[in-house]
Amino acid sequence: MIMSEQSTAPVVNVLLDDDLATRFPEYVSPDTRKGYEGYIVSADKLLDVATALRNEMGYDYLSSVTGVDYLPEGILEVVYHAFKSTGGSGLVFKVQVPRINPVVPSLVPVYPGADFQEREIWDLLGIRFTGHPDLRRILMWEGFSGHPLRKDWSEPYFEEVGKPFKSRWPEGLVQRAEDEIPFAKNVDYPGGFNPETWVPDKDALLYSSLARAKIHAESSEIKTDTVVVNMGPQHPSTHGVFRIVVELDGETILSLKPVMGYLHRCHEKIGERNTFLQNMPFTDRLDYLSSMSNNFGYALAVEKLMGILPPERAEYLRVIMAELTRISNHVFAIGMFLNDLGAFFTPSLYALEERELILDVFEAVSGSRMMCNYFRFGGVVRDLPEGVLEKIRGLVFERLPRRIDELDLFLTENEIIRSRSEGIGVLTPEQAIAYSAAGPVLRASGVPYDVRRADPYSIYNRFDFDVAVRYHGDTYDRYLIRIDEIRQSLRILQQAVNDIPIGPIQEGKPQYQVRVPAGEAYGRVEGPKGELGFYIVSNGKPNPWRYHVRAPSFINLTPYEKMCVGDKVADVVAILGSIDIVLGETDR
Amino acid sequence: MDGQGIVKGLGVTLKRFVDTYIEDIKWFGKRYYTEEGIERRMSSDTRGVFTIQYPEEKLPVPEEFRFIPFLIYEEGENGEKNLRCTSCGICAKVCPTQCIWIVRTNDPQTGRPVPEPKEFNIDVDICMNCGFCAEYCPFDAIKMDHDYELSVYERYSKNIYDLDRLLKPVSYYTEIRPTNYTHEEQARVEAAAAKAARKAKAGSRKRTVDT
Repeated sequence: MIMSEQSTAPVVNVLLDDDLATRFPEYVSPDTRKGYEGYIVSADKLLDVATALRNEMGYDYLSSVTGVDYLPEGILEVVYHAFKSTGGSGLVFKVQVPRINPVVPSLVPVYPGADFQEREIWDLLGIRFTGHPDLRRILMWEGFSGHPLRKDWSEPYFEEVGKPFKSRWPEGLVQRAEDEIPFAKNVDYPGGFNPETWVPDKDALLYSSLARAKIHAESSEIKTDTVVVNMGPQHPSTHGVFRIVVELDGETILSLKPVMGYLHRCHEKIGERNTFLQNMPFTDRLDYLSSMSNNFGYALAVEKLMGILPPERAEYLRVIMAELTRISNHVFAIGMFLNDLGAFFTPSLYALEERELILDVFEAVSGSRMMCNYFRFGGVVRDLPEGVLEKIRGLVFERLPRRIDELDLFLTENEIIRSRSEGIGVLTPEQAIAYSAAGPVLRASGVPYDVRRADPYSIYNRFDFDVAVRYHGDTYDRYLIRIDEIRQSLRILQQAVNDIPIGPIQEGKPQYQVRVPAGEAYGRVEGPKGELGFYIVSNGKPNPWRYHVRAPSFINLTPYEKMCVGDKVADVVAILGSIDIVLGETDR
Repeated sequence: MDGQGIVKGLGVTLKRFVDTYIEDIKWFGKRYYTEEGIERRMSSDTRGVFTIQYPEEKLPVPEEFRFIPFLIYEEGENGEKNLRCTSCGICAKVCPTQCIWIVRTNDPQTGRPVPEPKEFNIDVDICMNCGFCAEYCPFDAIKMDHDYELSVYERYSKNIYDLDRLLKPVSYYTEIRPTNYTHEEQARVEAAAAKAARKAKAGSRKRTVDT
């Protein structure tokens, strides 16, 4: 399919990757730490470097922004992963600031997709971004004491820095964990805070961040008041505990802010307490509808650090499972999207039937329908039990193609669906790239960017498939692209099921304590919801020093306001359904 | 033409509706509350209604299904329970939620550890059923169960499983996981044979050195 697209930036004076340090000799230096890659940029020239990266070198897609607390060195580091929307491997650049009063210029003016991610870094690591339009906490509540991902911050029920805990063996006298370390023992409250008398504030900061519609006041002939509507946190359409604050003029949306964090459990802090292997089942619980893909991304990142590759058969098994996950996720997403449009439950239950059959496969292979925990570093946990390959064959050659056609016939030409979704929630390709949208949201806007093709991992370069792409960027196209992607996944699956070789499924001996050399790695896969990345920093110890998830559900919400403004309040729900978020991943 | 899509969609729904009745007639009396009926409804060429009427009907679980670990004991001749567990603590170390608590037995005279757990507790409230303990146990002593109906009225007193609650005979294990059991036994026989061969080889070499 067409791999060219209109780039957002005018490409003038094309620079090569190596030129970054020569172009800015005083401000950019290569990262020379062992196991690290990329460049270290001085904070005061960050905006210039980023602008040059985007405009002159073609790195127009800022995939991931995250931070690391290097406590022993006394520095905080912000790590940026930029890619070209035309494909290829990425470029890493970093900014280092002291731990006391850390300030970094915001990249939102250059890459608007950094918006939520910088807010997350401020929230969890306490780095201030100057020039950020709306630097509030995003996952924790306003007024929370401290920044959880700082290495010197410890959580309630904190027991030890790293697992395994010494209290469990050999003198493991049982106690419920919350009795051993009572909640109040390690809880800090902000100064003057009394939980007994505390009254939640009226979200003044949040409401003041709404665009308060200055244009409205100027342009409208009649003086009308705007109305602020809170949808959620408990709202049936929000797919979980998620809140959307919209400012309305009549029915028209003037401004919108998503509020999240109700399911926040600081997955990344848990990940730093865990050993590398122990994180594997925790990744299942990110996007709990597609746990196999989550396993895939994490395994890739750690394998990159360890420098190992799984054997052939394991690669095929991984691809089969990841593509089955994509199908099950997309049929579910389509079903639930129809629910959001008001087609109450008939389509979603039809979709669930196909998902059930795929989950049967997962259960037989991994032992669990949703929390699969199937991947290991250098392979998968077990081979296919008897009869499962035949079942997969029956699904991918016969049942699923037939059922997808039926779903298509049932829904695609339905007049109500078309009138509710065509031309609604439009995201242009330029916006989609700038806002770091990923996966179906990006491709429905006419950007044929799919990590499986753009930066192939595992054995995806062996399969014949097209990158599904649609060009209108509206809600209807985001529905259609999921049908397209299911069809492409079926193509991959048919090839994989036919070609799968016999052989071992694990590189070396299975180990419960893997040795991961010091360094950093960013592993990314094309998850069903978009680019799912894992950024891992190891210092050679059994527990990762930093474990970050680039969550597509979270970052795809960055352009949500752009999609909604100008549409009607009823479309908020439809547009959210078409982005397809899972709160387990959004809130982490 | 307007309305065509809706008519087509309703056609799909109608087809499902009719399919259910066709299947019911074809499998008259066998489609519900029977094992073959459930299997039919789980197969990839099933048509019509899909639902399993839990708890009257239950989906059969595959062999690899995992839910809450249990400890295996071998039945001795006089009915005594010989634990496979040596309290090496690997399961407790690998457990992601750290829900396994083990007290090792120490010999009262010498103070040296004895390969047997004195206490073994699992807090099933926080067990995440990942199966790592079973996967990495070198003695095949801890395995994942198939029994998923574990509701209790009182979680504080009932949901920390002690040794008594965790122990299940090896016969139960062979019943729920026949393939796994055969594989493990095979591996054990092979390992023992390899060890014996190595010993014999080492022994013969020693003898040649002696002579």
